[in-house]
Amino acid sequence: MYPAASVILFTTASGAGLGLIAWLALLALLGLAPTTTAFGLVAFGLALGLLSLGLLSSVFHLGRPERALLALTQWRSSWLAREGVAALATYMTTGPFALGWIVLNRTDGAFAAAAAASLAMSVATIVCTAMIYASLKPIRQWSNRWTAPVYLALAAASGGLLTVDLTSLMGGFRPAIGLAAVALVVASAAAKLAYWRHIDNQSPRSTLATATGLASLGTVRLLEQPHTEANYVMREMGFHIARKHSAKLRRLTVAALFAMPALSISSATLLADHFPIASASAALLATLSAAVGLGVERWLFFAEATHVSMLYYGGAP
Amino acid sequence: MTSLPKTPSPKRLGLVVDLDTCVGCHACATNCKEWNAGGPSAPLTDVNAYQAEQRGVWFNRVFTYEAGGCGANARTVHFPKNCLHCEKPDCVTVCPTGASYKRAEDGIVLIDHDRCIGCKLCSWACPYGARELDEVEGVMKKCTLCIDKIYNETLPEADRVPACVSTCPVGARHFGDFNDPDSKVSQLTRERGGFDLMPESGYKPTSKYLPPRRPRSDGPARLEPAAGAASGLLRWVDRMLSR
Repeated sequence: MYPAASVILFTTASGAGLGLIAWLALLALLGLAPTTTAFGLVAFGLALGLLSLGLLSSVFHLGRPERALLALTQWRSSWLAREGVAALATYMTTGPFALGWIVLNRTDGAFAAAAAASLAMSVATIVCTAMIYASLKPIRQWSNRWTAPVYLALAAASGGLLTVDLTSLMGGFRPAIGLAAVALVVASAAAKLAYWRHIDNQSPRSTLATATGLASLGTVRLLEQPHTEANYVMREMGFHIARKHSAKLRRLTVAALFAMPALSISSATLLADHFPIASASAALLATLSAAVGLGVERWLFFAEATHVSMLYYGGAP
Repeated sequence: MTSLPKTPSPKRLGLVVDLDTCVGCHACATNCKEWNAGGPSAPLTDVNAYQAEQRGVWFNRVFTYEAGGCGANARTVHFPKNCLHCEKPDCVTVCPTGASYKRAEDGIVLIDHDRCIGCKLCSWACPYGARELDEVEGVMKKCTLCIDKIYNETLPEADRVPACVSTCPVGARHFGDFNDPDSKVSQLTRERGGFDLMPESGYKPTSKYLPPRRPRSDGPARLEPAAGAASGLLRWVDRMLSR
């Protein structure tokens, strides 16, 4: 599948924003939240900014962006519509949660309820985003049981890294936050490795023989394309990445998205008490590295995905 | 509404494509483009129409496959493909806006171009590659089974078939109602072993393909040496010429 920059930005930025909202809500519910006005402004600004950046990026990749609101109507059948509705609901619950934190410096009572609702809605939105891809049966690299866990774990880990950054820079860092972030990075590494093993060992259900129904005549091969130029279907679904590049990019993902952030956050946690500046720098380094890694990971998620319609054009199953 | 109709449609309109007779002339694809450039899907835009890197929307594309390796048993099979108007079309249910729908009355899968936002998700959900983005209009386009032709009462009844069917010079394409057991398409499917493309997709395509007929069991007629088995006058001529 063609790895469009808009969709990569949509899934990574909205995932990180939603992950951060979930983390802020958890901190508030556990009574660990640094409920100062400044922290609230920066944290919610970052979280809602990332979420909005992702959603706007997805809207601008539409052929008709001016009709985007219609995409909220078909939540009964469409995961894309559900994602839109869930994202709007997340704004609505995060609004009062953020106001309580920023204006009144409170996260108790009704504001705790808003925090709990924000946590639930952000997780629901991430699941909907993942299901947009996981529900597409013609793409075996997406339509499997690992897609949603990977999206969830990566969004939670992204939010964790941002929370470590915010708390190390603005106060409120605790070793538990660092440890939880490391645990989520490790969990997302495990999920992603399982995903890769799954798609590598998957045997394709469809072949050119089943696509054409000509198996009874013997081996089937493409003799002539329908046309001399590439068409929309070939450009959109026919993106091809060489196996050797894919292996290299997977290694880069493991290094930048998993190994480096896990080590940096671990050191940030150890250094936090006595070397706050070194600790905050390590936390920022983790985030920068993870941002690069996440971009590569999501690019690969698209580039490595094959669409069965390409069988008709002579593509590998 | 992108939910599928609750009850099975009274009619199931679709095509039968005969892979035995198709000669790969691309007339179906060309006439499809011609007719639909003026109908509810209009315009079917082309970018760079008269230069390199031409890109344009076509609903029907004709592939050519070779089956059975090389030699006398190999078959060249021309393979036109357009929307199969599936009974379980995920292209409809993934649509977030309600632009994609399956008609309750005849099972035709259509797009309301005024509601489409061009998110491309329906094309990702189609295993057959039947939906294309019109990049000039910013909306998705697809085969309508010539909805403006098959129900057009100003046309003679014989012409109320999709453009690809009416133009096929070898009669390789047939149109009809698969719910009617006596329709041409039902009969052909029954008698000739009509099959689904990619049945494992689970989309239950309505349109069927007829397999190429088997070669004769006694094998194709082969050339014999002209004089080997000759007798009488021919044998004498052969002997004279062989001196």
